[in-house]
Amino acid sequence: MAVADITSPSEEIQETSSPSSGWGRKLLIAIPYIWLLIFFLAPFVIVLKISLSDVILARPPYFPNFDISEGWQGLLAMLQAFDLENYVWLTEDTLYLNSYLSSLRIASISTLLTLAIGYPIAYAMAKAPKEWRATLLMLVILPFWTSFLIRVYAWIGILKKEGFLNYFLLWTGIIDEPLMILNTDTAIYIGIVYSYLPFMVLPLYAVLEKLDISLLEAATDLGCSPLKAFWVITLPLSLSGVWAGCFLVFIPAVGEFVIPDILGGSSTIMIGKTLWVEFFSNRDWPVASAVAILLLLMLILPIILFQKQQEKQAEASQ
Amino acid sequence: METLVNTQPVCKFAPWEDPAQEPLVRFENVTKKFGDFTAIEDLTLNIYEREFFALLGPSGCGKTTMMRMLAGFEYPTSGNIMLGQNNLQKAPPHKRPVNMMFQSYALFPHMTVEQNIGFGLKQEKTAKVEIKRRVEEMLSLVQLEPFAKRKPHQLSGGQKQRVALARSLAKKPKLLLLDEPLGALDRKLREQTQFELMNIQEQLGLTFVIVTHDQEEAMTVASRIAVMDHGKIVQVATPAEIYEYPNSRYSADFLGDVNIIEGQIDVTTGETASLAWAEGEIPLAISTKLRPQAGTTTWIAVRPEKLRISKDKPANADNCIKGEVWDIGYTGNISTYHVKASNGSILKAQVSNREHLADRPITWEDTVYVYWEKGAGVFLDA
Repeated sequence: MAVADITSPSEEIQETSSPSSGWGRKLLIAIPYIWLLIFFLAPFVIVLKISLSDVILARPPYFPNFDISEGWQGLLAMLQAFDLENYVWLTEDTLYLNSYLSSLRIASISTLLTLAIGYPIAYAMAKAPKEWRATLLMLVILPFWTSFLIRVYAWIGILKKEGFLNYFLLWTGIIDEPLMILNTDTAIYIGIVYSYLPFMVLPLYAVLEKLDISLLEAATDLGCSPLKAFWVITLPLSLSGVWAGCFLVFIPAVGEFVIPDILGGSSTIMIGKTLWVEFFSNRDWPVASAVAILLLLMLILPIILFQKQQEKQAEASQ
Repeated sequence: METLVNTQPVCKFAPWEDPAQEPLVRFENVTKKFGDFTAIEDLTLNIYEREFFALLGPSGCGKTTMMRMLAGFEYPTSGNIMLGQNNLQKAPPHKRPVNMMFQSYALFPHMTVEQNIGFGLKQEKTAKVEIKRRVEEMLSLVQLEPFAKRKPHQLSGGQKQRVALARSLAKKPKLLLLDEPLGALDRKLREQTQFELMNIQEQLGLTFVIVTHDQEEAMTVASRIAVMDHGKIVQVATPAEIYEYPNSRYSADFLGDVNIIEGQIDVTTGETASLAWAEGEIPLAISTKLRPQAGTTTWIAVRPEKLRISKDKPANADNCIKGEVWDIGYTGNISTYHVKASNGSILKAQVSNREHLADRPITWEDTVYVYWEKGAGVFLDA
């Protein structure tokens, strides 16, 4: 009897607390999954479905459509009407392949340029006196307070033939004739580097700021010149920040539409722009969807690499 | 407090007593200021080859600044630091034949133990074969052969400390600086490592300068100690000299436990001075070769282990003070009796516990006599 009395409270606690805490836990974990399901997977499935459909002159401008009133028969009929015609089409016209390759090229070059400019900025910020750092960090984030679109438009005023840049260069006598920058690839590089610079600087700064100064002192103490110490100590130890910054710039830059559209010329083709034309000018939703799906597949590799890199970093810091 | 008075070999190592000896390191009127703050003030000091020299003092006394100036991370505001014949005034850290073992170890986290140890040699463009040989030699010196391929984060604190030591020794520097090298180790490991450090220093015949705030550590390892306070050197001498003959209240108090008694010189007869220290008490007798002026206020230091304690009045004691046991500090091997004298001052007497606890007759509030020989007390200058 006494034994039962002693054990029963603990059993009660187990029964009442563990299932409820289990549910709470599951619910908490479920939230991001539900979010992804609603806002990522569902739209993806819709786009995938459209990419397998045929274009028609109707509203919506694709066929087949799923009518819930026809039930299973309707679903089967729809599945049977699906084909890979649009994907085949993408391989037949070189425009699409060129768009993809050009996007990858522009995104890669911009990423390297952003790294080349962002690293010294992040380095200088990390070496700045402590009381300055918060202000400098603020200055890097400050452009986000204005609309991205307006900031890109502002570059037209700077880069155009009669713009501030040409005016300034002519005034200083560096050039005799105005430079044609707007509507070229150069303008796109400037636009991407400018817009994505904070995404490069912030992860780099986070890594460089944590770097232990005594490591550099130890390196110079052992006979390493300060410049070499940068190459053998600072750079290798900041690689995780370099990777994070590069992925954060490269991934969105591949699909960038606004910057090439506003600053780029008609000769520059990028996949984001091609997609827009298919969608709004040609009203060919199925081909546009196929372009989008392929773009996503193309970006999965760098995204996976980015994830792996982040995991490795998390492990290393433990 | 245990004092390890080094059992000196037949040929005594004391280059500082030999005027013909050229010092390895010379600080000449060195001053270092950080803004308004003076970290080092007009300091002059010689350190000789093969010395194990300790800079001892509380935090903020300037000892780390001295070390950083030797390494080249800081430059003196005025004055010179000479290493042999070279003035180090302008030399950057990577051009000095000086290596440092950092307090935080500062091991390169992206390199293996091997690469860490070989780093300095690699900078000198030493041949690969030679680097390999030296790294192996260092690994065996610090007994870390099985860990050569590990990264620092896979090592324990003691192992990291050994890697740091091996790395700083790999280039066989003229001068090795050790910045609180054992601070992060637990007591047992620290004591063991102290002796290892001494062996390595002797084996390699190098000059070591150690910065520490741990007086036991300094006394154990050092050939000489510089006691520092507020950017100045208070006393430079061998551990035994500082312990037995401190020159000031500061260094007497910093090294070990001490009774400091203030009084006025009464009379000096022959080599014995007498010190009036309290109303109605017999003046204390102190052996001294100096002839202190009668009437001057001064202090004497007597180490607690030189004081004896008894319940009966001793016959023929040079100095004897009657008092009451106020407190007993028991640390196993010794007991420290805090005895309150008639003027209210507390005298500490240490007795080593040879007998079993129950056989010790003296307890709290007993009236006791504390006595010592006249040779046990030392006059302090300031």
